Amino acid sequence: MALSTKHLLGIKDLHKEDIELILHTATQFKEVLQRPVKKVPSLRDITIVNLFYENSTRTRISFELAEKRLSADTINFTASGSSAAKGETLLDTVNNILSMKVDMVVMRHSASGAPHFLARHIPAAIINAGDGINEHPTQALLDAFSMTEKFGSLKGLKVAIIGDIMHSRVALSNIYLLNKMGAEVMVAGPPTLIPPYITTALGVKVTYSLKEALQWCDVANVLRIQLERQNQPLFSSLREYNLSYGINRRLLENLGKEIVIMHPGPINRGVELDSDVADGPFSIILHQVENGVAVRMAALYLLSNRNA
Amino acid sequence: MKTILAKEQLHLTVQRLACQIREDYPDLQDTVLIGLQPRGVFLSNKIAQALQQLLPQQTFHYGKLDITFYRDDIRKELHRANKTDILFNIENKNVILIDDVLYTGRTIRAALDALVDFGRPAKVALCVLIDRRFSREFPIQPDYVGRSIDTIVSQKVKVHWLETDEQEYVELLDS
Repeated sequence: MALSTKHLLGIKDLHKEDIELILHTATQFKEVLQRPVKKVPSLRDITIVNLFYENSTRTRISFELAEKRLSADTINFTASGSSAAKGETLLDTVNNILSMKVDMVVMRHSASGAPHFLARHIPAAIINAGDGINEHPTQALLDAFSMTEKFGSLKGLKVAIIGDIMHSRVALSNIYLLNKMGAEVMVAGPPTLIPPYITTALGVKVTYSLKEALQWCDVANVLRIQLERQNQPLFSSLREYNLSYGINRRLLENLGKEIVIMHPGPINRGVELDSDVADGPFSIILHQVENGVAVRMAALYLLSNRNA
Repeated sequence: MKTILAKEQLHLTVQRLACQIREDYPDLQDTVLIGLQPRGVFLSNKIAQALQQLLPQQTFHYGKLDITFYRDDIRKELHRANKTDILFNIENKNVILIDDVLYTGRTIRAALDALVDFGRPAKVALCVLIDRRFSREFPIQPDYVGRSIDTIVSQKVKVHWLETDEQEYVELLDS
């Protein structure tokens, strides 16, 4: 019993069976997190570096907690305040860290493909914690776990991904995963934020109408506008975005059905989600965060064995 | 291949184990049963059922423990994890651990580690259907034994349960 890959670089490389194994294992870890002693000794011989070249709150804390719950030793690296600022290359930094006997690398980087590059050059197992606008596999897995918990299965589930699809690694990882698991996906947002390959290469439905997407879906996964990745104006203002694509309580109550609201965080309140939705009864946003630890424990546990 | 326990004997053995547990813990006060996943659970289900028939007025706690994350061979091979289901407090309780076959003792070593993460039991006892004697790699011995057998390393003990194997008996396989 093992994953078909040695690294978790993206959902794109995983088989359906890999995803099922990670989700199944995560279910068992979620039970561990309810115990009086919330940890197991599985990774007590493993040292993990969390290599964050880009800002993160949830993902970094979630990974660190997952590692500690597995009894791994952890070290944290953030680019600011490190020798990266003095001009050290990514590969040099990582090789220096690995020479101190580190077994696994959890990595976030603003450049798409950075973890894939690393995987070709270093012996340690790598988990991608988000690379540029490419993938964020553990987010897609925890989203899948949260949806499975709520609906029992992903098969046939209608999932709308709403917002800045173009710059979202969460969207891409989710689309790969949902396609593999037999869910239906629709993306919604302003035309300038939806790349054409979404339909041509990934076979996803597209709408520019928020209402249509909400009317259609069982789950709406709402994304943040990634202003830090946009180097040209793609919509006129956040205020206008909110008027066309922001989700508020009234909108949800007029749908005539119940849908589940998810968000990978951080939320820009009053832009893509109003507070009465983010904190409302339809939202499972904090469950997603809770499930993130169990899912990351599963990924770390299943990848810790690559030298066996 | 040799049958160690046929269906009828297996049934009687389970009844005897339940009676022996009852003998030591008369009303099952402060006593909990915990079956080990995956295959110890078939035996613990039967023992729990037998004890309930012996003590129809009594309610007692019965849980299931998976030891996958506590195994000492994780770096050799990963095993599929199963559900742990202990929805009660084991603090100061008498815990009867139940598994189908006791061989090297490594599973029970892991189970003891896992168990104490749920609290500090007053006492832990071990109940097994088959004890493969002289094979222990840890100083662990059972308190309740269905059948003791002498085996060599190349042999395998296979317990068949109705739930998964459509038949119920225990056999010794030479390989």
